[in-house]
This record gives sequence, structure tokens and C-alpha cells, in this order.
Amino acid sequence: MEYSESMILFPLVLPFLTALLCLFLVRRIFAQHFISILGSLALMVCAIFLLIEVEEQGMLVTQVAGWEAPFGITMVIDMFSAIMIAISAFVGFVVNIYSLQDIRNKRKYFGYFTYFHFLIMGVNGAFIAGDIFNLYVWFEVMLIASFVLLAIGNGKEQLIGTVKYTLLSFIASAFLLIGVGMIYGISGSLNMADIALYFQQNCNDPLITVAAMLFLLPFAIKSALFPVYFWLPASYPAPPIAVTALFSGLLTKVGVYALLRCFTLLFIHDVEYTHTILLVAAGLTMLSGVLGAASKKGMRTILSFHIISQIGYMVLGLGLFTPLAIAGAVFYIIHNILAKTNLFLITGVVEKIKGSSRLEEIGGLYKNFPLLSLLFLIAALSLAGIPPLSGFWAKFILIKAGFEVESYFVIVIAIITGLLTLFSMTKIWIYAFWGESKSVNKHDLISNESSLFRQQWRLVLPVLLMATATLFIGLYPTHLMKYASLAAEQLMDPSIYIQKVLGK
Amino acid sequence: MKSFILIISARVIVPVMLIFSVFLLFRGHNLPGGGFIGGLTAGAAFVLHAFAFGMESTFKALRIRPVKIIAIGLLLSFLSGVIGLVTGEGLFKGYWLDWDVSFLPKLGSPFLFDVGVYVLVMGIVMVIIFPNIQEDS
Repeated sequence: MEYSESMILFPLVLPFLTALLCLFLVRRIFAQHFISILGSLALMVCAIFLLIEVEEQGMLVTQVAGWEAPFGITMVIDMFSAIMIAISAFVGFVVNIYSLQDIRNKRKYFGYFTYFHFLIMGVNGAFIAGDIFNLYVWFEVMLIASFVLLAIGNGKEQLIGTVKYTLLSFIASAFLLIGVGMIYGISGSLNMADIALYFQQNCNDPLITVAAMLFLLPFAIKSALFPVYFWLPASYPAPPIAVTALFSGLLTKVGVYALLRCFTLLFIHDVEYTHTILLVAAGLTMLSGVLGAASKKGMRTILSFHIISQIGYMVLGLGLFTPLAIAGAVFYIIHNILAKTNLFLITGVVEKIKGSSRLEEIGGLYKNFPLLSLLFLIAALSLAGIPPLSGFWAKFILIKAGFEVESYFVIVIAIITGLLTLFSMTKIWIYAFWGESKSVNKHDLISNESSLFRQQWRLVLPVLLMATATLFIGLYPTHLMKYASLAAEQLMDPSIYIQKVLGK
Repeated sequence: MKSFILIISARVIVPVMLIFSVFLLFRGHNLPGGGFIGGLTAGAAFVLHAFAFGMESTFKALRIRPVKIIAIGLLLSFLSGVIGLVTGEGLFKGYWLDWDVSFLPKLGSPFLFDVGVYVLVMGIVMVIIFPNIQEDS
């Protein structure tokens, strides 16, 4: 493939086309499966190509419809965006395979795959937007698709969760829009590079800090930071597990992406103030998330609370605000997307076997399903940060960065959180995998491992793929670290971004 | 329940609404109007048709399910963007044709986008309202 500037837009065009074809074939499920998988595969190829291209050229920029920056809509892919697009394409592909089996036909008739790909389009759009209003619009695209995915199928629990999620998202969007308006009022521009340039030259304007806070709140709500995380455990456990896995992998991480982007490019005039707030929020998020998980008894709710505490680690990297810490945050995002999505996928498999994932109702999985247990252990120990798995390296880099700037308080919190994460994972292990074999029905719905692999291979294959990726990152962390530090280098030096977009 | 007054008036109003919706679409490039408003009007026309003659006959008149109409609208708008992608000038680059036909608006890819929006909104209005008609009867 030859690189051309329009290729930057392929992460938007491909999911759109896939969603469109799925909409045309909404009554023909097999055709939908085929197109959906093909579309995700094409997106993954495209993402890898873009990653290689970014590594060569540093940063890719395009102006939509040929309108020059700062007047038109700019799309930018830097190293960080490229990594995020690649990982979300991978997660999209894997969850897509999982959905073939996990999602009931009724939901597919209502256009599950269409919204699935619209969600991925929204996520990719947020990753490559170089314009704050455009960022807001992509957030909306993503949110509307996610509302439908949450509510589709019409369960009572689902609708309760969706109402909470929708309401809070709308509040967040309103604040974001006010923030965008305010920045436009201050700087007279919506282009991120142009705004960054203006803020550099007028860094004494107190309104900039107000705008920063107006941006912090919505992104905090969307990425589930303390104290605005309560919507997440209320809504995530309700929908089918494939949807939960996709959301846990992508949605909150887009919030973290937006935080990282805005608080390294735009709001760096008063790091002392803004990033201390981030640091405190990160510490409290880690602790409150993991304590919430410790008190719960269902696998879905425990994992949902862990999403929150893991978000704390990523924001911790941003709060420390050194190149190493940012690289650690990027590394952490990748590790967490893989490990957390995989844990949810495994929860889905457990539910298929036992009929439930509530810890008091199940047990003894290890006896008949040793390989599945091993896969769970890889993901769980990686999440807790046991060497040599990916989570260890992610936490190690962040804690090292914390020592370098001597913020010992958050390091202590990070380590305690790690221990408590291990505690929750052990809890799941002891209740669900060890102990006497019990299940909701008299017998397991699937009797042994070979029939699991034969009948439900579309559920097991994604788990295997994810576990392999986690293992690979754990055993060869330098590969990912190379990309992460490149990304951090670009993020910490906004002048590269400004130069590439505006040409000055 | 079918009302005789509604049926008689719908026979006159529905075509007028449809023609007016197309007029709004054509006018939209430089003046108030456009795909969205035109689509709403056209959708409203079909809804009125469904109220007057029943859903069955509306579906017969349409010959296509409303969901497909949405998909066609999306496709048209998407095609208008792809033109720029193919020529390499960038997605959604605007191209205009040279023809000047008196009653038609200026033709080009932005107009095609508007037509897509028109079809899409028309479909969405029907998708939202038709299930509610069914419940009441």
C-alpha cells in the first residue's frame, strides 16, 4: 500500500462502510457476521499500516475537504493516536468474534453490528480529531452508539443502567460544550494546535484555568474518575458480556485519551495547579475503586469496580507529568485494555458454563477446565501486577516515575491498590475456580473442556488471542515501551504538534 | 378507525407536502431549507398517509422498509464524501457540475450530501413514528 494523506481518514471510513453494509443486511445474520468480521480485519490492517507510517514520519496530518488549518477540520495521528487506534482495532476485532456467539439473534436483528461499528468509528474519530469541537462531536457519536448497545435487547436491568449512564453522559457533554465555547471565546479558535499556540503566548489569562476545569469535569465523568465514577458500576454489569467487554476496553479509555491530549497540549500553563488536582483525583480513584471491588460478590461488578481503580493509574501518569510517567500511562492503557477486556470475556465463558457469575453460586471450575483457569490466571495476575506479566511493567514504570519526582504519597496508594487488586483476583480464583464444583443448575451446562472448545470456539478464541497479547507484552516489554516512550516524547513537546499542523 | 374527512384531505395534502419537501431540499443550498427540513416534511407526509390509509397501504406505496431508506440515505451522503477520497483531494472535498438547469439547484457533491440527509431523515421519521401508530390501533 502506498501512503497518501487521505489514509488518515480510513479508521473512520472503514467502520462507517461496515456499519452501513450491516444496516443494509440487517435481516440476514450470516451476511452481517461475514461483513462485520471482514470490516474489523480491514481496520486492523489499516491501523498497523498507519502505526508503521507514523513511526517513519513522526506525525500524520490531513485537512478535511482541503480547508487549511486553523479554519478547517484538522485530523492528526501522532504516535499516541496511532497506538490507540491499533489497540482499539484489535479489541474491536476480538470482541467481534466473541459477539458472533454471545449476542442473541434478536439483538442482531435490531442492528447490533451496525452500532458496534459506529461505536468504533466514534472512538477512532476521538483519537484522530485535531479540533476540540470535532472531538466533542466524536464523543457524541460514540455515546449515542453506546446508548443503543447498552439498551438493545430491552432487559429491565439494562434499561435502569442505561438511564443512569445516559443522564450522566448528557451532563458531561453539556459541560464539555460550555468548555469548548469558552475556549473559542478566549482564543478565537477551535483548532487544537492554534489554541495551544495562543495559550503559550497568553499564559497569564486566568480564564484558561477555568476552561481547563470545564474540560476536566466531562472527561473525568467519561473516564470514571473519583468522585464522578458512580455511573460505571451501575451500568456496566447489565448488558451482554460482549458489550461490557467492548465498553471496558474502549469507552473509559477514550476519556483518558482526551485527558492526556488536552492536559499535555492545551492546559500546561499552570501545571502546579491543574496536574495536582489530577494527581489527587488519581489517588482517590485508585483507592475507592479497589475498595468498592473488595466489597462485591459478583464477577461482573468486581471487574467493573476494577476498571475505576485502573483508570486511577493512567491518570496518575498524567498527574506526575514527566516523560517517563506519560510513557508509563500509555503503556498502562494498552496493558489494561488487553487484560481487562479479557477478564470480561472470560466472565462470559464462565457464565456459559455455570449459568451465573455470582461468586456464591459457582465453584470448582479448575477441576474440569484447567486451560480456561490458566487463561483467567494470566489476565488476573497481569491486572494485579505480578511479574513477568504486562501489569508488572506498567506499574513498575509508573512507580519509578513517581520516585523520580518524589511524590511518595501516591506511590504508597498505588502499591496498596496493587495489593488489594491481587486480593480481589484471588477472591474470584478461590470462589469460582477452586472449591467444590457447584453451579446454578444441577450440572454444568458444558461438561468438560474439549466440548467447550468445540461448541464455543468463537468465545474461547478471543480469550486466547487476548491472553497471548498480554503474555507477549509481559515477556517483551521493550517493544511496547519503545512506542510508548516515542508517544510520550511527542506529547511532552507540544511544539512538534503545533509545527506539524500549522507549519510554524 | 378510518376517518372519511382525513382520507379525502390526505389525498390532496400528501402530494403537496412531498412536492414542497423537494422544493425545500432544492432551496436549501443558499436559502433557509435543506435536506433536514425537507426530509422532515417528506417523512411527515408519509406519516399522514399512514394515519389516513393505514400502515399496510403506506408500506405498499413505499415498497421498501424504512430502515432500508435510512441505509440508502447514509450511503448517498457517504458517496458524496468518497468522491474527494478517490481523487485524492481529501474526504468531503466539494465538487460542482457546470450545468445550469433553471429549476434545479446547483448540482454537485454537497447537493448529493443534502439529498442523502433528506432520505435519511425521511426514513428516521418513519422509523420513530410507525411503531407508535401500530400500538394505538
